[in-house]
Amino acid sequence: MDWMFMLIALLKVLVVLVVFVLMLGAVLTWVERRMSALIQDRLGPNRAQIGNVRAWGLLHPIADMFKAFTKEDFVPAGANRMLFFLAPAIALASTLACFAVIPFGPGEHFTIAPLDSGMLFIIAIGSFGIYGVALGGWASNNNFGLLGALRGAAQLVSYEVTMGLNLVGVFAVFGTMSLSQLVLGQGELLWGWLPKWGVVVQPVGFVLFLIASMAENKRAPFDLPEGESEIIGYFAEFSAMRFATFFLTEFVEIVLIAAIAATVFFGGWQIPWLDPQGVAGGFITVAQIGFFVFKIIALCWLQMLIRWTLPRFRYDQLMNLGWKVLLPLSLANIVVTAIVLALS
Amino acid sequence: MAKLVDRPKADLVIRSYIPEVLRGLRVTSRHFWVNFLTRKNVVTIEYPEEKYPYPPRFRGQHRLMKREDDSVRCVACFLCATACPADCITIKAGERSDKNEKYPVSFEIDYIRCIFCGMCEEACPCDAIRLDSGDHKLPGYTREEEVLQKEDLLAKGGLSIAKQGGILQ
Repeated sequence: MDWMFMLIALLKVLVVLVVFVLMLGAVLTWVERRMSALIQDRLGPNRAQIGNVRAWGLLHPIADMFKAFTKEDFVPAGANRMLFFLAPAIALASTLACFAVIPFGPGEHFTIAPLDSGMLFIIAIGSFGIYGVALGGWASNNNFGLLGALRGAAQLVSYEVTMGLNLVGVFAVFGTMSLSQLVLGQGELLWGWLPKWGVVVQPVGFVLFLIASMAENKRAPFDLPEGESEIIGYFAEFSAMRFATFFLTEFVEIVLIAAIAATVFFGGWQIPWLDPQGVAGGFITVAQIGFFVFKIIALCWLQMLIRWTLPRFRYDQLMNLGWKVLLPLSLANIVVTAIVLALS
Repeated sequence: MAKLVDRPKADLVIRSYIPEVLRGLRVTSRHFWVNFLTRKNVVTIEYPEEKYPYPPRFRGQHRLMKREDDSVRCVACFLCATACPADCITIKAGERSDKNEKYPVSFEIDYIRCIFCGMCEEACPCDAIRLDSGDHKLPGYTREEEVLQKEDLLAKGGLSIAKQGGILQ
């Protein structure tokens, strides 16, 4: 019984993390380049090929992987070797761990670890990622790395607050912190026809959550910890697979943000007006899982579009936005939600 | 006196970012979908398969022109070698038996030095050297490969019916 449970959990981890998340993350590194190219009227990388198979350049992630594995693994003089080794691993592991509580389909079978306080788990474990950034910058014994790490730490701490507060509104509306309960709650209908998705009842919350979580992800327009054109940032001294791990973490985080947003604000695996309790099984369950994956991919697309549209903030603008605009707005959102809930 | 720059105060709509951000997203997503579905605006030329047509005055690799009887037009006058600012042309002259002229026994162009300026072409009185082959000199692995001999240059050459020695004859 006990080892059977472990075996099934291990299988779920393999399927979700390796097959789905890491693959999607790797493909997104290619999608990012192709998409930015198309936005800028170029073609982008389409030449990696095995034999005569080119597949629009889909083999580029594999080529990148070989390159990352065969490059020199450089450790700068004076670096703290232990932390230098640990930092990318912490960053990636804490991001991957968050997928444990995402319900990919109806019922407990499609969640790795169905926790009652799943959302708190994500916020708690997700903020571990800051250690990867801070330790990576500090351990590399490089001033630019340290500068990037400082920026990253300040930015992540600032936006963590807004991100957490925006989810409070959703918790209040649905009265639960369990992600699978949240998804079930979003299967209900408002006024008999409108799906009660998080984005319908908490539109402001969704926009603020998206902004804050993109800032958490340290990508443009919030890529100050990296700041390619000024300081290379916290991974300035990282090369080969260590750098690739940091790089992959960013893309896995895109998937994570998309997965959280899809679960909390877009009804998870719910297909509107179809089997809201998730008891049908069979073909409908497969369709529901497919629809959830589709939502994740669409939200990844949206994040990439934003990344290739907006220029980088200045650091004071970033802090102003975080503390003076987003935080009061999210607090106001909670107050309004509470008043509406109390009145109805 | 310092020039006063007019800085219009941004109103609340602009400072709220949102309408402007949406406008930007509309532009980028339009470009994405148009190029994703039709490739209409893509300007990329996929080089080895597709080549950009060079303008007619493109100066590429040299070629040596020939007379009607298939002999080299060059009379080894050294005007090109003298005009060459990069000093890349080396000619050894020999006597021609049939006419009262000289001919190049060897004619070398060192492409490591050549800057493709076209001065040799300008200087030539016999229309013997031209840069209109339209080819790049391809890179090689050794220095020897980068020095082309008379035979290589003649291989690309064609017939020229210009009057030998120009109009002054």
